[in-house]
Amino acid sequence: MDSIIFLRPTRGLAALNLRDLWVYRELVYFLMWRDLKVRYKQTLLGASWAILQPVVQMVIFTLLFGGVANLSSEGVPYPVFNFTALLPWGLFSKALSDAGRALVNNRNMITKVYFPRLVIPVSSVLAGLVDFAIAFGVLVLIIIYYHFAPGANFDFHFTPALLTLPLFLILALVSALGFSLWLSAMNVIYRDVGHVLPFLTQIWFFITPIVYSSSEISSKWQWLYALNPMTGVIEGFRWAILGTQSTPALLLIISTLVAVVVLISGLFYFRRMERSFADEI
Amino acid sequence: MDDIAIRVENISKSYRIGTAPERYRTLRDSITNAGRHILAARHLAARLSAGRSDLARSPDPSSHSTIWALKDVSFDVRRGQVLGIVGRNGAGKSTLLKILSRVTEPSTGQAEIHGRVGSLLEVGTGFHPELTGRENIYLNGAILGMKRVEIERKFDEIVEFSEVGQFIDTPVKRYSSGMYLRLAFAVAAHLEPEILVVDEVLAVGDAEFQRKCLGKMSDVAQAGRTVLFVSHNMSAILRLTEETLVLEKGRLAYRAATPEAVDYYMAAGFSDAGERLWQASEVPADAAPFQPLALRVRDPKGRVVDTARSTEPLSIEVEYRLDQPITGLRVGIYLLTMRGEYVFTSFDTDDPGKFEQHSTRPAGHYVSRCTLPANWLNEGRYVLAVNASAFHVKRYFWDDHALAFNVDATGAPGKHWPEPRLGPVRPALDWMIETL
Repeated sequence: MDSIIFLRPTRGLAALNLRDLWVYRELVYFLMWRDLKVRYKQTLLGASWAILQPVVQMVIFTLLFGGVANLSSEGVPYPVFNFTALLPWGLFSKALSDAGRALVNNRNMITKVYFPRLVIPVSSVLAGLVDFAIAFGVLVLIIIYYHFAPGANFDFHFTPALLTLPLFLILALVSALGFSLWLSAMNVIYRDVGHVLPFLTQIWFFITPIVYSSSEISSKWQWLYALNPMTGVIEGFRWAILGTQSTPALLLIISTLVAVVVLISGLFYFRRMERSFADEI
Repeated sequence: MDDIAIRVENISKSYRIGTAPERYRTLRDSITNAGRHILAARHLAARLSAGRSDLARSPDPSSHSTIWALKDVSFDVRRGQVLGIVGRNGAGKSTLLKILSRVTEPSTGQAEIHGRVGSLLEVGTGFHPELTGRENIYLNGAILGMKRVEIERKFDEIVEFSEVGQFIDTPVKRYSSGMYLRLAFAVAAHLEPEILVVDEVLAVGDAEFQRKCLGKMSDVAQAGRTVLFVSHNMSAILRLTEETLVLEKGRLAYRAATPEAVDYYMAAGFSDAGERLWQASEVPADAAPFQPLALRVRDPKGRVVDTARSTEPLSIEVEYRLDQPITGLRVGIYLLTMRGEYVFTSFDTDDPGKFEQHSTRPAGHYVSRCTLPANWLNEGRYVLAVNASAFHVKRYFWDDHALAFNVDATGAPGKHWPEPRLGPVRPALDWMIETL
């Protein structure tokens, strides 16, 4: 016997109904794949943009912050130090700007067909993994270069910490999805979000240890600093890959907690706003 | 025993219409609203403590800017039934289908759906112009809720149905609109849901394609699945459905066997005056700067009549106002039978010379009038539809159900045999009878 679906107005906090998302997992895959296929259509350089964007950023930051401002990079060559942070940051900032607009961009689907609306921000965030993988390859090349380059004074070691890297990637995804859920659902109702996003990303960039190290922040304020989950993610990445400083345990605990809270609250907020998407968008 | 496919109980849907409908809600509005809510909550608390308990439960009952797209609609549909839904523009048909296909939630009331719902609310949803036909089949299938293996299994069938064959690996932005539509419909038609919801997809595409779509729909129905079919095409409704709902202004006005329901619908809401007047409030805002005023049927003496004589010419006039000049405007009428079949279409600038002469119509007050010759229409009741548009630019105004009038055939050819004549026209033809 087939299932019965009840349609009625929902009130209060809606159940998360994540099972529905699982049923539609193939749609997540197809939307990711559509975004990737379409993204570099009619561009001259095609998929090389996925490499060029972070590399150009890294070169600029190296010249400005490593060279001119001469910021500390904890004994690691500045490009390596910076690029390691740009990887998860790229994933996060792209998720914010893409997922934030994703619902509105997929307006025609939302007003015509039923599917769990969560599919849209989820696929939008996950699509960033492909760019991440490409940029990760570039990081490997940069590390190899500095490992062998004479006079670079940098030796790469395989450490057990490297095995924890996937955990930090998951933390990055959790943070990205959590904030994306809030922003995308708000953007349906308040288009102000679209205008705020560029500033938000820019400010966020500077309160995250990307061009500098979190050790620049006085230890008295570390806890406050760690409320930004991307701090935990990036220091985690540096710790796992470059073996800089001691285990950033306090940072990680606080950042993980914040990320999880944002994700869960984001899920509930999204589900609560979801019912009016088709009418408001 | 449970052979119900859909049960709808007292479903209502309200929409907020702001004073400025074009604007999105912004943070500022919400902040001021929140302030108002706090005040309202205090007020409520005061009333509560005063021992009053007659609190309205509806979200915002005092709001004057709420419209009810659907109001207290209840019905049920048996498994395997093909149910037609008819109603004029704005009667709530689309809202009903959106609720049943879970795109939007009802404001009050509830419904039960037994089984997977496939909707053809608008075909081609999620099609991406840059992707090829093949890629779009997979994407669109997934959006409509098909599993990847299911799409793979039906892939060849879909391609064959769509007739796009050799272009399947071409980006759909290079497709003709016909090909695009056929492909989109093909994917949706192969969804095989237990309940199929169809809205107006047949209004597009050529005759051959429409025939194919109707064929596919009757296949679905014959396979014992439930179909809800919304259309303005009464002959399609009559052909495909057994029972029909008539919606009027968000309410369920009538439910009956399809022929009766169609008669009711086609006759409903018409005055017998031979004249239809439009108030400014009845005209959608996007009709501007075109403002329809009246549609009239007149006899040769110029009197407005409800019943015209087949043996006399009759004139039809559309009166309207233009608040701003419109370039390329054409104002025209459609004549339909009570079964919804088109008899003809005619525009005031069909003559190229006239079109040239009136290429830009300045703002002003107009009448466009035409005359139907004598000995032309058969007896019966006819419906007039009005269309004001600029070809391929904009349809300003459209009322497919503007006015009905009768034609009386007294004295018409063949009237000495008291039998009904088939067909909407009853011409006086010049017959020759020769002995060979």
